[in-house]
Amino acid sequence: MWYIAVAAGSFRRYATYRIATVAGVFTNTVFGFIVAFTYIALWDERPHLGGYDQAQALAFVWTGQALLATTGLMGGGGLDELQERIRTGDIAVDLYRPADLQLWWLAADLGRAGLQLIGRGVVPMAVGALAFPLALPGDAPTWGGFLLSVLLGVLVSFTLRYLVALASFWLLDGAGLALISGLACMFFSGMLLPLRVFPGALGEVAQLLPWAAILQVPADVLVGARSGGAVLGGLVFQAAWAVALLALGRLVQSAATRKVVVHGG
Amino acid sequence: MWVRSALAYRASFLMMAFGNFAANALDFVAIMLMFSRIDALGGFSLPEVAFLYGTSGVSLGLADLLLGSIEGLGRRVRDGTLDVLLLRPAPVFAQVAADRFALRRLGRLTQALLVLGWSLPRLPVDWTVGRVLMVPLMAVCGAAIFAAVFTAGAAFQFWAQDAAEVQNSFTYGGNAMLQYPPTVFAKELVRGVTFLVPLAFVNWLPALRLLGRPDPLGLPGWVDFLGPVVAALMCTGAGLAWRLGLRAYRSTGS
Repeated sequence: MWYIAVAAGSFRRYATYRIATVAGVFTNTVFGFIVAFTYIALWDERPHLGGYDQAQALAFVWTGQALLATTGLMGGGGLDELQERIRTGDIAVDLYRPADLQLWWLAADLGRAGLQLIGRGVVPMAVGALAFPLALPGDAPTWGGFLLSVLLGVLVSFTLRYLVALASFWLLDGAGLALISGLACMFFSGMLLPLRVFPGALGEVAQLLPWAAILQVPADVLVGARSGGAVLGGLVFQAAWAVALLALGRLVQSAATRKVVVHGG
Repeated sequence: MWVRSALAYRASFLMMAFGNFAANALDFVAIMLMFSRIDALGGFSLPEVAFLYGTSGVSLGLADLLLGSIEGLGRRVRDGTLDVLLLRPAPVFAQVAADRFALRRLGRLTQALLVLGWSLPRLPVDWTVGRVLMVPLMAVCGAAIFAAVFTAGAAFQFWAQDAAEVQNSFTYGGNAMLQYPPTVFAKELVRGVTFLVPLAFVNWLPALRLLGRPDPLGLPGWVDFLGPVVAALMCTGAGLAWRLGLRAYRSTGS
């Protein structure tokens, strides 16, 4: 129950950033247009590149823009605050709370993601669908599978950002690591280019890494590049990474909290 | 001062500098991955796209190095810390620009210069003195145009304190667009960045001239050389917007 309250609080908190949300929607839409046109040129040159037709590729672009804030693809997403608390030492206060640190921040991140999906996801996607022919599904089960996949993607994204934040216990200033982790996420999630378009072995390896669970899998479910059993396979892939990385987060968390020394005064 | 403070956490600084370098390099990696599957994008070869990428990146890199900190203005307006700057006997603009000056921004500039350097000897251009001089002129005018956009965006934040991201659409979004040939985009979009927010003068128009290609809007040839004029006009406009914004500033009182 605790954690639901935390999630709801986080949802409401992000809902108050109205101008920032509108500005974010504007930015996502502008970038969506730019990338969509480059993809049209790319798919004109090589139709069915990566197994997508042009409408699927365009739907992929706008899914990426719609999920950018939701899945915290560029890093941050509230966990930079945890990082800051570790750096300043405020984390000691958090550790005294009768709540688990990881679950607390997970709940907050889910609340944030929920608001971002509505606030920054729906409008860019709608604009994209109006301006370009997108391959979007017409049936409820596919949309349901997509939303489930997004939820799992947010989980995986959270676990990675949580690990980065915890690294501040050792690095003191973790901004550099956060930046690099954000870049890895941008590149290996399919945000810069769908992983199926990557050439050869690079593409195959990239599709096995945890970042693929954040955008590539949900987008493939939505644009119909995965159907039937492949949808289930994708969800299992995401869930496996989520569980593994949550467990790793636990381990690092217990190692980190043993390290905390609280100075008096 | 900000340079020294950044160097205090050395591991983090190195990661930040590398990250900034890589952040832009990844864009180019994506372009190279595209070209592993195709020979031309919008009719442009890889060296030609690299030239567009490099010129736009150098211009943005220079503007970002000088004025990138200015996007933090919204936060200062919101929490009232701008008042401190108003009290100091130095121009507010200079103070905001130097605020949290980040040496790591050299990463972007370095990377863009490398790509530009790689592209130059591979371009199908018959280099004359005039054409060679055009490249640094493009970089400087482009930087001035981006700097004007940074300033206008910051001035806008005096009113809309939370909207720093809108500015990103024009600076980083503009840069993302200028990396690709204008032939890729719809005519309306090209018109928008030529007449509305004249980013096309950063590199598109002079680059098309240099590469000997017609511009998709069919503008008269002399327009390609208007970069310095456009830059000067934009900087004047941005300067006025900044003054207007600063005059409209009401402190939070906290």
